[in-house]
Parts: sequence; structure tokens; C-alpha cells
Amino acid sequence: MIEEIRKTVAERLNELDGVVALRRTNGSVAPYVFQKGDDLSELEITPKYPLMTVVSRLHKLFPTIRLGIVARGCDERAYVEMAKRNQIDPDRLFILGLACTAEEAQACYCGDPAPQHLVVGTKPAAGPPNPLVAKYDSMPLPERRAFWKQQFAKCIKCYGCRNICPECFCEACGMEDAAWVEPGLLAPIFPTFHLIRALHMASRCVACRECENTCPAHIPLTVLYDLMRRDMGDLMGYVPGADLKAQPPLSLTLEQAPLRQEAGH
Amino acid sequence: MEYKNTLTTCIYCGAGCQMFIETIDGRLTGVWPAKTSTISAGKMCIKGWNVTSFVDHPDRLKTPLIRKDGNLVEASWDEALTLIADKLGAIKKESGPDSIGILCSAKCTNEENYLMNKFARAVIGTNNIDHCARL
Repeated sequence: MIEEIRKTVAERLNELDGVVALRRTNGSVAPYVFQKGDDLSELEITPKYPLMTVVSRLHKLFPTIRLGIVARGCDERAYVEMAKRNQIDPDRLFILGLACTAEEAQACYCGDPAPQHLVVGTKPAAGPPNPLVAKYDSMPLPERRAFWKQQFAKCIKCYGCRNICPECFCEACGMEDAAWVEPGLLAPIFPTFHLIRALHMASRCVACRECENTCPAHIPLTVLYDLMRRDMGDLMGYVPGADLKAQPPLSLTLEQAPLRQEAGH
Repeated sequence: MEYKNTLTTCIYCGAGCQMFIETIDGRLTGVWPAKTSTISAGKMCIKGWNVTSFVDHPDRLKTPLIRKDGNLVEASWDEALTLIADKLGAIKKESGPDSIGILCSAKCTNEENYLMNKFARAVIGTNNIDHCARL
């Protein structure tokens, strides 16, 4: 499969200024922008990184640059939500879609493990839902509160969840605002610190799981975000990352995007 | 356009977390955790995430400072090192080598800390040497 990707990238480099992908050098794998003449045998597909952040940085710095990206399902979903919020220019990005393997889909509990612009690989079966979500759902309210209290007490306030997130791009961040988050407290104030991010992720979280993977305290953050995605679907009929034309409900009024039902959970 | 990710090790403590410093046309644009690192496995603390923040910081010292008449004044390295050598020499002569203490740093390399240990014991003549992790 990787040979097929390398070949496709080589072809695309004839018409694009660069292709964002992963590169292995000296035994380490990092994001890279392949350009014409680069050694494509160094192109890798794991471990996954939120590559759309690289596209965004380049699109902002170079107003005419035309890029490609070797994108997994979650990269493509990030592309959709970034395009809606003017973080990238979809007219200057070519998606070279890569399907995840069945094992990767399982490990990520991924409900949609291939991009719509699929070029290489075949879409595997969706991964199972995160069992921790079902466990959490069965807890009564006081137990849920105790669960998060215990989890968030582990937080070392590294801001890694925000920093790695392809959809966290606000210039001023509420998590750094002393009015909401008292400086100097470890663990950060409960539950404000984590809920600021959770609320801002509504209609943005594309379930790439980078936040949970980079968390040094092993906080199961995606339980929070999986539930937020579920509520966005149930209440607003909105699936972040699914449709470039669908308007994010949080940027509309309630008259424009009425609630479908009262929250049942 | 030149896009680079340079693998490096965090300077802030001895754990040795690895990260990539992202540069575009030679300018710092970001920090990525190194997922392939067996030490840090794609995780960092707040210092790692902000490891480059001092590089272009306006408050960064670019020369040594010497206090003259109560004010810190920019000085050359020759001037600063000569002053330090003179003062340390005078203190040692007046109050003995154990009146001097040396603090090393986890930000230095092993070799630099070895040299500091030699400096304390062989040049100054004291065992008063400790490490910033115990401050």
C-alpha cells in the first residue's frame, strides 16, 4: 500500500508545490512537505500526526501555494471543519485519501476510518465504540462527576490536548484567561479548565483522538468529546467533518438551526 | 519554501523527552511531540510544548550584565568572566574555598556538569556543589 502512495505522491508533485505527509529520517517519523526531487522512499504513513495543522500554517504563510496531503479519515474531517473557519483554502488543497487498516480503526474506536476522497486502500469496518463511553453512560450523575473529578485531578496543565488539536486555532484561548482559569493551580480548577475546551469543541471535534494520545496524564478525553459529538448529532443533526457545505450550528441562531429534541442523557 | 522538523531533546530537565522543532524558511513555527521516541512516546509537559518560546523573546539576554552603581549594564564576555574570576579569587583568599558554592543545571550536558564538578573541587577546592533539581 505504501508503494502505491509514494507513486501517487510522485505523480501529483508534477502539478503541486508540495505534498504534506510523514517522513522517516534517522529512525524518527515527523510531518514533512515533500517537494519535487525529494526521496519518496522516506515517505511513511504511521504514526499518524494531525497534518492539517501543517497545511494551515503553509496556506497562511504562502497565499498562492498549492498543496496535496496524504490524508486519513480524521485528516479529511479536520480539513472540512478548518475550511469552514477560514484556516485553510480548499481550492489550494488536493486530498490524497488513505484508508486506515482494520486494526487502526479498532485501536482508535473510529466510526469512519477512511476519507471520502479515497485514493489508496479500501475502507475497513468501523471500529467498535469506546467501551468507556457505555460505562460512563450507565453511571448516575454523582458518579459521573466523581469520575471526571478523579480524571481531571491528574491533569498537569501541559495544554497538550489543545496544542495538538487540529481544530484548536483561536488566537486568544479561554484556557489561558485568568478570569476563567486561576493561574498557578495544579491540577487546574475543576471542571472549568477542561469544560472550556469541551464546549469549544462542539461542532469542531473530528474524533482524531490526538488529544488523548498526547495526554501525559492518560486522561480519557475522547470520552468527553465522543459524547459531545453524539449530542451534536442528536440535538442538531450535525456531524463535524462530514460535509463541507453543512453550516456549523453554533455559528447559526436557534431559529436557523432549531434543536431536534431535548437532551435525553 | 523549506519545511523542516528537527529532532531534538528537551533542555528543561533530565527526563529526555524528544520533540521536533518545526521551521518554515528558517523561522520557528511550532513544536511537535516525537511519537517515535521510546522515552516520551509523543507526550510532553508544558515546558516541552514551549521549549522554543525563549528563542525570539524580547526579554532574552544577549550579553552578560554587570551591576554598576546599582544598575545592570550590558558587558562583553571577557569583561564578565574577568570580573567573576577576580571576585571568586578574592572571596576564596579572604574567606576560604568553602565560602563558595556551585549550582549546576539539568539543562547542561553530562560533560558540562562534569567540568563544573572539576571546577568546584579542583579549581575552587570545595565540595559545595549541587544540582538545580534539588533547589
